[in-house]
Amino acid sequence: MSQPTVMERLGILADAAKYDASCASSGTAKRNSAGGKGLGSTEGMGICHAYAPDGRCISLLKILLTNHCIFDCHYCVNRKSSNVRRARFTPQEVADLTIAFYRRNYIEGLFLSSGIVRSSNHTMEQLIEAARILREEHEFRGYIHLKTIPEADAELVARAGLYADRVSINVELPTQAGLARLAPDKSTPVIEGAMAHIGSAIVEAKDARKRFRHAPRFAPAGQSTQMIVGADQASDADIVGRSATLYSRFRLRRVYYSAFSPIPDASAVLPLQRPPLMREHRLYQSDWLMRFYGYAPHEVQQAAGADGMLPLDIDPKLAWALRFRESFPVDVNRAGREALLRVPGLGVRAVNALLAARRQRRLRLEDVGRLTVSLAKVRPFIVTADWRPTLLVDRADLRSRLAPPKAQQLELFGA
Amino acid sequence: MCLPAPDDTEAWRDAARSLILAGVAPDDVVWEEPGQGTGDLFAQGPTPIPPPRPGAAPVRASKAFLGLVRVALLHRAPQRFDLAYRLLWRLQDRPRAAQDAADPLVRRLDQLARPVRRDIHKMRAFLRFRGVGDGPGHAERFVAWFEPDHHILRANAGFFVRRFGTMRWSILTPDGSLHWNGSVLEEGPPATRLDAPGGDPLEELWRTYYANIFNPARLKVGAMLKEMPRKYWKNMPEAALIPDLIAGAQAREAAMVDLGRQDFGPAPESLAGLADGIAACRQCAIGCNGTRAVPGEGTRRRAFMIVGEQPGDNEEREGRPFVGPAGQVLRAQLKQAGIDPAQGWLTNAVKHFKHEPTGKRRLHQTPTAGEIDTCRWWLDRERSLVAPRLILALGASAARALIGRTASVQRERGLLARQDGAEIWLTCHPSYLLRLDGAAREAEEARFAADLRGFAAALA
Repeated sequence: MSQPTVMERLGILADAAKYDASCASSGTAKRNSAGGKGLGSTEGMGICHAYAPDGRCISLLKILLTNHCIFDCHYCVNRKSSNVRRARFTPQEVADLTIAFYRRNYIEGLFLSSGIVRSSNHTMEQLIEAARILREEHEFRGYIHLKTIPEADAELVARAGLYADRVSINVELPTQAGLARLAPDKSTPVIEGAMAHIGSAIVEAKDARKRFRHAPRFAPAGQSTQMIVGADQASDADIVGRSATLYSRFRLRRVYYSAFSPIPDASAVLPLQRPPLMREHRLYQSDWLMRFYGYAPHEVQQAAGADGMLPLDIDPKLAWALRFRESFPVDVNRAGREALLRVPGLGVRAVNALLAARRQRRLRLEDVGRLTVSLAKVRPFIVTADWRPTLLVDRADLRSRLAPPKAQQLELFGA
Repeated sequence: MCLPAPDDTEAWRDAARSLILAGVAPDDVVWEEPGQGTGDLFAQGPTPIPPPRPGAAPVRASKAFLGLVRVALLHRAPQRFDLAYRLLWRLQDRPRAAQDAADPLVRRLDQLARPVRRDIHKMRAFLRFRGVGDGPGHAERFVAWFEPDHHILRANAGFFVRRFGTMRWSILTPDGSLHWNGSVLEEGPPATRLDAPGGDPLEELWRTYYANIFNPARLKVGAMLKEMPRKYWKNMPEAALIPDLIAGAQAREAAMVDLGRQDFGPAPESLAGLADGIAACRQCAIGCNGTRAVPGEGTRRRAFMIVGEQPGDNEEREGRPFVGPAGQVLRAQLKQAGIDPAQGWLTNAVKHFKHEPTGKRRLHQTPTAGEIDTCRWWLDRERSLVAPRLILALGASAARALIGRTASVQRERGLLARQDGAEIWLTCHPSYLLRLDGAAREAEEARFAADLRGFAAALA
């Protein structure tokens, strides 16, 4: 069989890579090529260069080096027993494609992952080689995200961190039982061992740079991971707990959630019914509550119902507020930042603006209205100079007043 | 007042400073949109700014004010100069007025600044260069055509210089153009779409990438439109694909689900129901080959379970598991190890007989991983109904049906896993012994017997 063209292979290997949710290109060291050398820049804020009709941003060229794989993970479209077309790129081809796309302003950089061929170490070496060509031969200053193979040698992982802005290892499933059932070739201790190793390498490199200006950077945009939601029995509370552990133990920058979606030639072990995409969204919201709103993991779990699932019709912050009504109303003119951040409908931005504004005068309801999208959502939970919610917080029907139950449309193509 | 250019924020600052020093109140100033006719019918051309009042206090402007106004002044709305001046005027008495985001005036300026910031960001994101030049792979120059909403071209030049400093490029817009030759940035006159080059062969690759990175199983058109409104589409090579991708998505997902659809119906509640279920099962090619399904048999509840690969020729004829030559080997060896098969449950990973008809004989064929995984649905139900404490997997196929991966019998024989409160043991399939001769057979039989003794010990 003749070798497929670059275009055919790009199609196959992009298709194989789309189940990885991460596409972040932000938060790395600042670099540019204004000095007459190299190509590219990173300026802190990531840029999404396009959006696909699935609502996901396209920031990086996200492909696999190859979709051949010796593993047989049931949720994965590239597993050994799957009947998909296979293809591979050389590291040089990946680097050339990245540069050609980057010059046309299509992308921020490269997100390279791979199926495991021959051995974990061999695969990892190929990934690193693509990054090395970009950094050393093209002096590429854009963003590089390398997926790390947990079973690869620590020394290889260390080399990956020198070229990449971000490295990641997917924990894949929130529970150990789920991993054993759906990814029998993978092991939680190995994955966590590799994450711990990367985590300490990042800390060491940061520490070294404080003392030596020219110490090499190691994955300046940190490490992240991904969990598949809805392929095993884990509840939202389980997932939130698992994320909290990952954030605190390995100092992860991000945990991504990927709602399990049907794949071609699916394994019979997988559930047919996909979880609602809203579940993924609610998990991201709860992630935000922990990272930016000062909620402890157990508090987010309290927002979930008895079955451990977050409500789908209202966001977890409102769910928490409705459950802990004794914490409200909050006085916009006096309450601390932490208390204001718990008011449903007030974001970090609005709270910062409120804090700055109230240093100058006492705020009225209309002032709050200018800073929020929906005053109706905020009003039952706050006190201002001219407003106090009488008994509103105690009303039994508060939930349905804030989020009227929608007539549920039946899914036309529901499985 | 009229400024030299619509995005000349420096000139506005100079003018505003002089006006404050001269004590001209906001209501007495008319700001004109540069390059357009006068807004005030009674104005007699630009009035010179009066000289500073003697003893006027130095003009005060906070950092928050400058940060806000620098961006808001790039908006196309003509009232931007007036609003900014009103806030500066107020700042002279209340130096922190710009920090009050809840104030109506600050809010109006903020509402001007936000779309400008977004426009700046979207230009960085959605501007597309096209390669121009001789070489097929390496373009000599890159040219882009972009239509900004606001006066952001100059403000955004630095970003493109920092990013594409070693390329030669031009950015053409209806408001003006920028040309970078690798060391110097030059400004040019407004351009039209026709000045931009037509195509770039690389765009076909980019479209291929775009079409394939899209996941049809999670269509969220609203989320896409929120971040990438239609107005940008006409200058993005990939956007032409969007309507077809959306139109085809539901069909692609349905086809994908259909392909994987295995509707086994409700889970059977008894072993008899299970036997009826597997007899009627047509989920894979083996189920459709016209053979008789062979259900498990034995004693249920907290006993042990022995799982083979699939029924063979004799088993299919009799409709019972382990009655052929391999079954006889198994039964003999079990007896030696002190295990009574009637006290446990005997079954197979795959319930139908996969074979190849060759003349009068039906030759055994190994089921594929996909077929084993399909049949696992039945085995899982069987396990929950029988609820065995110990399970013995005979061979790699049985192991795959139990633990989901293809195990190596030689390396992993013995206790393989603990699952749902049951121990799973692994040994070879007895038909393996039948295929060996002489010393090899003796050695393997001894290992098989040792495995069964281990299993028997775990049972006791």
